[in-house]
Amino acid sequence: MMLGISWFASAKSEAILVSLDAEPTWEQLTSYIKITPDNVVKIFSPNPEFGQNVMTSLPMLIAEELDIDFNAVQVEQANYSLALYNRQFTGGSQSIRQAWKLLRTAGASARQMILTAASQEWNVPITELTTANGMVMHSFSGKSATYGSFASAASKIQVPKDIVLKENKNFRLLGTPQKNVEGPKIVKGEPLFGMDYQVNGMLIAMTERPQAFGMRLKSFDPTAAKKMPGIVDIFPIQLYEPTQKLAMFDTRTFNEVIAVVGKTTWDVMNARKALKVVWENAPEIKEPGMGGRDNVVPAGLESTKKHYEQMLEMDKKPGRVERKDGDPEKAFAEAKHVIERTYTAPFLAHNIMEPTNTFAHVQGDKVKIVGPIQGPDMVATTIATRLGIPKENIEIQLARMGGGFGRRAYGHYMLEAVLISKQINAPVKLIYKREDDMTAGIYRPMYQMTYRAAFDDKKSLTALHIKGGGVPESPLHANRFPAGTLDNYLAESWTIPSNVTIGAFRAPRSNFNAAAEQSFLDEISEYMGKDPIAFRLELLQRAKDNPVGKNNDYDPARYMGVLELVRDKSGWGKPENTDKKRGVSAYFCHNSYAAQVIDLQVKEGQVIVDQVTSALDCGVVVNPEGAKNMAEGAAIDGIGNALFGQLTLKDGRTDQKNFDTYRMIRHNEAPRKIDVHFVQNEVDPTGLGEPPFPPIFGAMANALYKATGKRFYHQPFAAQLT
Amino acid sequence: MIKKFTVRINKKSHTVMVDENMPLLWLLRDILDLKGTKYGCGVGSCGACTVHLNGSAVRSCQLPISVLGRQEITTIEGLAEKGDHPVQKAWLDEDVAQCGYCQAGQIMSAVALLNNTPKPTEEDIDNFMTGNICRCGTYIRIKKAILKAATSN
Repeated sequence: MMLGISWFASAKSEAILVSLDAEPTWEQLTSYIKITPDNVVKIFSPNPEFGQNVMTSLPMLIAEELDIDFNAVQVEQANYSLALYNRQFTGGSQSIRQAWKLLRTAGASARQMILTAASQEWNVPITELTTANGMVMHSFSGKSATYGSFASAASKIQVPKDIVLKENKNFRLLGTPQKNVEGPKIVKGEPLFGMDYQVNGMLIAMTERPQAFGMRLKSFDPTAAKKMPGIVDIFPIQLYEPTQKLAMFDTRTFNEVIAVVGKTTWDVMNARKALKVVWENAPEIKEPGMGGRDNVVPAGLESTKKHYEQMLEMDKKPGRVERKDGDPEKAFAEAKHVIERTYTAPFLAHNIMEPTNTFAHVQGDKVKIVGPIQGPDMVATTIATRLGIPKENIEIQLARMGGGFGRRAYGHYMLEAVLISKQINAPVKLIYKREDDMTAGIYRPMYQMTYRAAFDDKKSLTALHIKGGGVPESPLHANRFPAGTLDNYLAESWTIPSNVTIGAFRAPRSNFNAAAEQSFLDEISEYMGKDPIAFRLELLQRAKDNPVGKNNDYDPARYMGVLELVRDKSGWGKPENTDKKRGVSAYFCHNSYAAQVIDLQVKEGQVIVDQVTSALDCGVVVNPEGAKNMAEGAAIDGIGNALFGQLTLKDGRTDQKNFDTYRMIRHNEAPRKIDVHFVQNEVDPTGLGEPPFPPIFGAMANALYKATGKRFYHQPFAAQLT
Repeated sequence: MIKKFTVRINKKSHTVMVDENMPLLWLLRDILDLKGTKYGCGVGSCGACTVHLNGSAVRSCQLPISVLGRQEITTIEGLAEKGDHPVQKAWLDEDVAQCGYCQAGQIMSAVALLNNTPKPTEEDIDNFMTGNICRCGTYIRIKKAILKAATSN
């Protein structure tokens, strides 16, 4: 279904979009492209942007097929529009993968419309026309003219079907390094973010939520706070009504909050200090969930210490069997040696650099929102349901996001802002203080995985048993490597319900699964006297030649490819690198393959990462410059979280509330060098936001072992160094 | 307490009536509509709010209006009229930014470093820039851009 490039749909949008452009005359060709008679081209980037630079790479897809000078293109962020655009969702490392054919088709369609207009105007067969860099040429007559000169005529032509796209070998733009199109605005400090949005008459709102998970509002006294300078109103809001069914990115914790509304941020921050609120313990919440099971949000004030104890208890009980191959019980019973190791990781806060915020203005049954959101359609559905208004009445302008990492897929803050604006009948910008952001939940879960390996008298691996679980979800991917490489394999999972809210965090579940799995593979390869890369390749060869089972969720050849590339590029095993304290890990997630080698030293309890060597297979790389930046960022993010990341709780309250107590990786802790390599192939592009991240954790643990002689099982690793 | 202040921002004087304890950060963002200086933490821990006070890098979230007097404040908007300060140029050459939210603060810190130490070593850069968090992890590019700007002067 070719949504979003129908002429009829784009014509409908003209009225909304053109009003923003006083001069010049923009002619619309598909939902994505506008051209002026002077040949100025504007491309709309459909997906929300949070630093992964789709704002450059998605327009590149269009520009390649359209055949124009990309450096002269104006790129604009598209608004949320179901009529015009398909899948405006940022997350899951899917933007380029889902847009690859769709956006190229849009570009090629617009080119075809221009050629059709040219052939009609010049009265020549379309087959005699060629294009280059925004020009149409008819070599037989020597005629040439700009796209712009045909734009008006072209905009009236029906969007063609049966478009033929370029062959990869004919790409001129795709695969070339392009700079971030928003770079110039960023370095000047232009107001690009939701946090920066301002209109006349706008009020500032902040919301007060319980100081602990497992609590709810009992009563509040706004008298003193209301008297403070600049304060307009203070009132409670209820995000969801008890009867509303929650969708995937909705969350009911902290359902009732207190809104403080005033003229400036400083006014509101001060008034909050004078606000008297009483919180009480919240009861258990039970809601019908999927598959006939209830979703239970337990009562109680939870603590990290208890969570770790509960996780260890779960290990002693049978879990839910997710996969079983062969007869692992027999193999373990007959084993000459068993190695068993348990790995854990704490809750993590996303710590998006731009704190949660959004602008909302409700007027009657119409809503205008300007703010950061990864999935505008999902929150629009939630708001429409909550307010009882048609979804078409909700306008969302997608602000540039100061980081996402999964946090901004949960649009509860947009619902808050809408409800506040509706109540006070004014435009409102809701902002979260850093403390609000860090304590509001939607964390990366706590996890634990126990790996058991059985060996025969020849030190051959005969069986693997994995038991993985978490608070409140399991990280286990039962069908991923090394499933499929072993005759005897058992994977179990368990969960511990919690009222601490969690959500997607860069490579959900994988971000811990890789750490545990890849550390364990390292440890057993050492026991077997095998090189860690050689051992993985050996297992993968088995999966390639003679896989066990059917549902093996990876391509062994591509997985081997990144291991071989990282081995080659890091000089793994070479004599000159013998003294390096290095660790390797590899993982497959979100459709792409990644292998990481980390070289580090530990000096006086400080970790110095000398080099990260990354080998990545994400198919065709659209923008190598942006891709490298992402891979570097993923490495640094992984190192920081592996060493320092930690969100702990005592009686429902988080111990960390700001960056002075939540340690973040800083300049002096970044690797000295990050060397990124991409496997060259013709596979259609797959994602890069998440795949390089999970193996970093395992590579860190494995490198730290070489540097210290000790194995690192429990994140954050820096805690073990002091 | 609300008082009248005349402050110097980017070589212009502004007279305002604000709470004397209001941090410079919120004066810039909410009152003077200069959005380039960002809010990241409010406790001086992240560097997103970095501006220059008489040429030195300071965290504007920690500076109440009452201490400013007529001292010269420079924000990202005041670095170069066309956005072509050597550090800004180097930032574009090295394609530093990912999300971009921390970058104005990073640039302001970098400019202050280079004003003080025109030819910094990598260690100088590490030490000076630790106060600026980049959540997206562009640290290596930031360092390259600073070294590039240092050689271009």
